[in-house]
Amino acid sequence: MTKKVVIIGGGIAGMEAASTLSRMNIDVLLIEKKQQLGGHVGEWDHLFPNFRNAREITRSLLYDLQDKHIKICTSTEITGISKKSGKFEVRTTQQQTFKADSILLSTGFDLFDARKKEEYGYGIYENVITSVDLEQKLKESNVLTMASGVIPKRIAMIHCVGSRDEKSGYFHCSKVCCITAVKQAIEVKQKLPHAEIFCFYMDLRMYGKKFEELYREAQEKWGIQFVRGRLSEAAENMDGSLQIKSEDTLSGRPLKMNVDLMVLMIGMVPSESTTFLGKMLGIHFSEDGFINHDDIHLENNLTNVPGIFTAGTVTSPMTITDTIADARSAALKIATYIS
Amino acid sequence: MKTEGKKRVWEDYQKEIAEDHYYFQRSCIRQNFFPGSETAFLKILTGELGRDIMDDPHHTTCTGIGYHADIVPFDTTMTVVARHFALMTENGYENMIISCVTSFGIYTEILETWKHFPEVLARARRYLKKATGREFNIPKNVTHASDIIYKFKDQIAAKAKYRLINQQTGEPLKVVEHIGCHYSKMFPSWGVGGAEFPYVLQGMVESWGGEVIDYPERRHCCGFGFRQYIVRANRGYSVANSKKKFESMKPYKPDFVVCNCPGCTMFMDKWQYTISEMEGKTYDEYGFGIPVLTYEEMAGLVLGYDPWELGLQMHQVQSEPLLDKMGIPYDPAEKYKTASGKTFRLPAEPTSLKVCV
Amino acid sequence: MKEFGFSITKDRQIDYDQNDHRLLNFVLENEPSFIVCISCGGCTATCSAGNLIDFNIRKLNILIRRGETEDLEREINKCMLCGKCMLVCPRGINTRNVILKIKEAIQKFR
Repeated sequence: MTKKVVIIGGGIAGMEAASTLSRMNIDVLLIEKKQQLGGHVGEWDHLFPNFRNAREITRSLLYDLQDKHIKICTSTEITGISKKSGKFEVRTTQQQTFKADSILLSTGFDLFDARKKEEYGYGIYENVITSVDLEQKLKESNVLTMASGVIPKRIAMIHCVGSRDEKSGYFHCSKVCCITAVKQAIEVKQKLPHAEIFCFYMDLRMYGKKFEELYREAQEKWGIQFVRGRLSEAAENMDGSLQIKSEDTLSGRPLKMNVDLMVLMIGMVPSESTTFLGKMLGIHFSEDGFINHDDIHLENNLTNVPGIFTAGTVTSPMTITDTIADARSAALKIATYIS
Repeated sequence: MKTEGKKRVWEDYQKEIAEDHYYFQRSCIRQNFFPGSETAFLKILTGELGRDIMDDPHHTTCTGIGYHADIVPFDTTMTVVARHFALMTENGYENMIISCVTSFGIYTEILETWKHFPEVLARARRYLKKATGREFNIPKNVTHASDIIYKFKDQIAAKAKYRLINQQTGEPLKVVEHIGCHYSKMFPSWGVGGAEFPYVLQGMVESWGGEVIDYPERRHCCGFGFRQYIVRANRGYSVANSKKKFESMKPYKPDFVVCNCPGCTMFMDKWQYTISEMEGKTYDEYGFGIPVLTYEEMAGLVLGYDPWELGLQMHQVQSEPLLDKMGIPYDPAEKYKTASGKTFRLPAEPTSLKVCV
Repeated sequence: MKEFGFSITKDRQIDYDQNDHRLLNFVLENEPSFIVCISCGGCTATCSAGNLIDFNIRKLNILIRRGETEDLEREINKCMLCGKCMLVCPRGINTRNVILKIKEAIQKFR
């Protein structure tokens, strides 16, 4: 009898794992709560470090899902999962019940709710937006303006919003925001060649391939300026611009400046779906709220529950490159497990 | 500025404020600098709102200024506070109102310490018993006096004789609200509206017809800072903090400043004189400075209390321009009369800050 | 004016909008490599002058970027122009020329 895997979460991790498993002749059911597959990447515009159109990624992954072994249920959420003699039974909001030999959790991450960072005034000040809002704006329009319609002359990108911040409830590094800030700063500069752009960072974590090069390009070619210091507060001026404060830690002096637009680089936080399903299944979480691995080096797709595997950002923030690799690795682990 | 965003924050920081039967903890310095404020508070609570409140002559300082100036150790402060709780308990009260923001900070710090370290609470009980033979209950409800006025703001609005509206233009008065740091910066959940966008004074101002100005240095400390003003050589950076605020609020042309902290009210008021003497600068259009009121003085004016009974003549920046805007009548001849009808010695006139004599 | 026994403390905050950025722009125009500095501090570690006296070329570069140039003339004259900083700079900045351009700009915008 063909073995069957239920994959929960149809972002890029779930999609890649599904196609990899199908190529090994394993039946896959891919369940996604939204109407469409693709997750967060599906809503993104251009990707670091090479400004590739994000649609190329989702298009390619979707293409690979066209296989007789793959069944897809969108607009479907999980209501319950039980395990009987090594087999799983998955129930959904569409009143369906599916049997599975193994389950892959690829329920991804949630975006940090920037309103929690009260002192930055997201949702209160007119010209404070998030990196996700900016990406939408870049996707939808050729011009970038302040709320008033005026062209901004100075823009600040604020790193680590909801990351490395215990007060906001998350001490982990979201990994992708530094390079996203650099990418978006360049894109903004391309749209607004006369604007001054400042990145306020604590550390610049340029660990990935071509990240450091992009950082240097941002400085050298685009004149993006970098201030090392965490923003302490923002306040709205009479004209809707913002007065922001940080320490310029490299000169050891407090600094204030006015900016027309402030972009908060919001982090990745454990998704509600992951927490919900994880608790239902008795899965162990680490202190950061993401799913835990007992062996972080050699068994990074395994959970403490035999038969339940992980792929992608359910275990920690990841780039697309890392997520895809993680999904393939999960598929291999599952294939070994069910045979 | 999106008000709905602020409302969402305010909803996150609602605190429980007792309805009635309060034990009142006065401030050390308020009775000197704004002598009518606490009197007005008691008058509003008992006279206007029919509340039961005990004003106890047996209580002392909370030691806050000494504590923050590193003169009084924490254990002493804690024992003094425990004694106040004992007085409250002995008099049959469970709800405490604290007049001073420094004291409020002391009380909240101690209550939070006791919550997390029960052994420290046990120590406080032991010290108090040893020193005075007293025992105490922890209050059911601890509020700052501004929380109480906030709670009854709409009842006060219903009785208002004057509103925070410029009678000449019909426009709402523009008000700077300044919250003492120790009201909610240490423990945001202890303050109405939290620490970033406190609502306690804004709620009053809005209920009484005024409009609050949100200017860039709104959150900045007044510079009081205990050790900073106690040591004369340090006062330079105490005043620099207030100056930073005045510079930032000036373009908004505020009609007055309202504070909920004794130190802030005093310094925001008096430093205007100091700055005017040092730099010849004032922060209103006509050289009178920006009046700085306590929230009880603001409530008193709204309720139609006599400005001189409220003690407004004891402020450095004089309030006549504000009284004129609100349409409140006053008798200049009564301004410097004592209760028995004698006239005070008139204050000396500043060099550049204008005053109405 | 009355004597109070204290004066109003001058603000230490860098007020970016009030500062003069002409000097920075001049240096950037004439020695573009200046822009890629990552504040690693290699230059300061090796600096002949900085090892003996209070002189921090890394910090000075940051202050120029912020438009804080008040003490610059006195500070920059501490440089011995030995060029060791150029040898260590991981980003290949022509640090010696940066200093010469700073000196030039000081004269120009005096």
